Amino acid sequence: MAFTTEQLTIMDSIIARYPKSRSAIMPLLHYVQSIDGYVTSTGIEIIAEKLELATAEVTAVSTFYTQYKPEPVGEYHVGVCTNTLCAVMGGDAIFAAVKEHLGIENDGVTADGKVSLEHIECNAACDYAPVVMVNWEFYDNQTVESVKSLVDGARNGNPPAPTRGPKTLRTWKENSAVLAGLSDGLAGEGVSAGEPSKLGLKISRGN
Amino acid sequence: MTKLTPVLSAHWDEADSFTIGAYKRHGGYGAVVKALEMEPDAVIQLVKDSGLRGRGGAGFPTGMKWGFIPQGDNKDHYLVVNADESEPGTCKDMPLLMANPHVLIEGIIIASYAIRAGYAFIYIRGEVTHVVRRLQAAIAEAYAAGHLGKNIQGKGYDLELVLHVGAGAYICGEETALLDSLEGFRGQPRLRPPFPAIAGLYAKPTVVNNVESISSVPSIINNGAEWFSAMGTEKSKGYTLYSLSGHVANPGQFEAPLGITLRELLELAGGIRPGHQLKFWTPGGSSTPIFTAEHLDVALDYEGVSAAGSMLGTKALQVFDETTCIVRAVLRWTEFYKHESCGKCTPCREGTWWLVQILRDLEAGIGTAADLDKLLDVVDNIMGRSFCALADGAASPIISSLKYFREEYMQHLTTGGCPFDPVASTVFATAGSR
Ligand SMILES: Cc1cc2nc3c(=O)[nH]c(=O)nc-3n(C[C@H](O)[C@H](O)[C@H](O)COP(=O)(O)O)c2cc1C
Ligand code: SF4
Ligand code: FES
Repeated sequence: MAFTTEQLTIMDSIIARYPKSRSAIMPLLHYVQSIDGYVTSTGIEIIAEKLELATAEVTAVSTFYTQYKPEPVGEYHVGVCTNTLCAVMGGDAIFAAVKEHLGIENDGVTADGKVSLEHIECNAACDYAPVVMVNWEFYDNQTVESVKSLVDGARNGNPPAPTRGPKTLRTWKENSAVLAGLSDGLAGEGVSAGEPSKLGLKISRGN
Repeated sequence: MTKLTPVLSAHWDEADSFTIGAYKRHGGYGAVVKALEMEPDAVIQLVKDSGLRGRGGAGFPTGMKWGFIPQGDNKDHYLVVNADESEPGTCKDMPLLMANPHVLIEGIIIASYAIRAGYAFIYIRGEVTHVVRRLQAAIAEAYAAGHLGKNIQGKGYDLELVLHVGAGAYICGEETALLDSLEGFRGQPRLRPPFPAIAGLYAKPTVVNNVESISSVPSIINNGAEWFSAMGTEKSKGYTLYSLSGHVANPGQFEAPLGITLRELLELAGGIRPGHQLKFWTPGGSSTPIFTAEHLDVALDYEGVSAAGSMLGTKALQVFDETTCIVRAVLRWTEFYKHESCGKCTPCREGTWWLVQILRDLEAGIGTAADLDKLLDVVDNIMGRSFCALADGAASPIISSLKYFREEYMQHLTTGGCPFDPVASTVFATAGSR
């Protein structure tokens, strides 16, 4: 689908952030995902045109990074951390159970297009293991049961809130816009820090 | 009572700690006022005197790095903050940015002023939406308050700060790959020299520093180099964030002077989870050779950890108890390196692939003792022959695990499979409905 004039203007504003236009390629790819849900050929063409690059150059960048999806993902994209620490603490069990529960494999999408699944690498939250990310929001200290009800909620359109994040889980496309650098005004929601983050501070305060 | 010294984390228990209001309530943006009254070179000297070393893994002296930027060269200079935080086990920069983004922004203004940069970037990994929100909002607040933009605080200094969001590639934490990625290319490491201080972003003099390094700067300006260097050990000065994860009773972040030991940290974390014993741990992420219970009293500073055969790295202490299979742990890390190898050089690209094949067989109990030597052979061909330190990181878990747990590898071969029960390692095994 062609992009609207308003969308093209937003793309120009993203390019204007940088001293050199080519640097805008990554936020522009996030932006394309916020509109189309994945990296479409239309999106690639528009980026190439705006940055005066060949489409092959844009594709080469897009395929290097795992967050840019060549196929549509679900409205709720679930990532289960299976790097060593989370895997050992329960991430492997969670990933196996969710695959079976949803009847999909790694990189699969449910038939209703609601949920997709991927095993992910360490997400910088090991003190909250096992960690699950949905649309790149933190779901800390997960269990097999908690993740099953998480994906069930997502399929029914009422997923639980992230542990450290906004009050309501936003969709894949909405969060992609944030990654493109567009504010959704939700920074003020959610905790400052989870309990493990504050543990040393608490002990030093003597309580 | 404890050795803890919360500075960066001092107010994370306040509900609005991430706002400019909370930051200023505790004296925030006072260091910038002080720094802008100093000569830029004096700021560099102060950071040199403090003994601050990079917190991104290598421990390079921060003030010295700033001093490498050529002055009076009539070129644009850049500061790039490395917020890629993807080294397995590393989980300090993201909670810091979620709870206290303004301390990084204040550090950025001071560092940029010192190196005479007019543009600064934060390169943050893309898989952390809420941390991105917090930084976006904080940057907007800082612009609105006149801490960023033109003529900062009426002192005639201009600085633009851009938040750049990555898209899932561990290698982009390597500073030259990060620069290529920020320029809009595939994130692959560059040949050095030239070093970024001479030809970095857009081929201009550039400083790349870790989030925690730059965030430490305002406290140094506020309290002085002596205050900072009074903490820590002889060559490892100051306070830092230690991250404890895994089979400990209470995992979390602990801000302490450099040189604390795992034994002391474990005491604070309530020990190994009840009924279990320490088996192995990483001092600074998966790329640093593992330690065992015999290293509980190693001083966790740059020299202490090196002398004991590993590296302080990112101070990511991943702790595993006796239920954990070493082969499973090492295989999973190796799969990570294989997946994240950028493919630029053959020894790393092919070597990590071979390592995974051999380890998969070993885990399944297929192979002979000769395969353990083959692992070391492949490692030999990767280490020192590759373009960047990712390959050395991939070698670390293999070499160190074979050093301490060769028997356990052999046990897989004699029993024809893994002798461990993976359920016993999980949190569900101990904590029920946690
Ligand atoms: C494979 C690889 C990944 C790295 N990832 C990170 C990272 O995520 N964050 C970071 O600050 N440094 C990372 N580094 C280290 C950087 O190259 C660089 O040394 C560091 O950002 C310098 O900052 P410092 O001097 O403040 O520590 C990585 C290095 C390698 C080889
Ligand atoms: S060592 Fe590996 S990650 Fe580093 S440049 Fe070579 S292929 Fe890429
Ligand atoms: S290993 Fe899962 S978040 Fe670090």
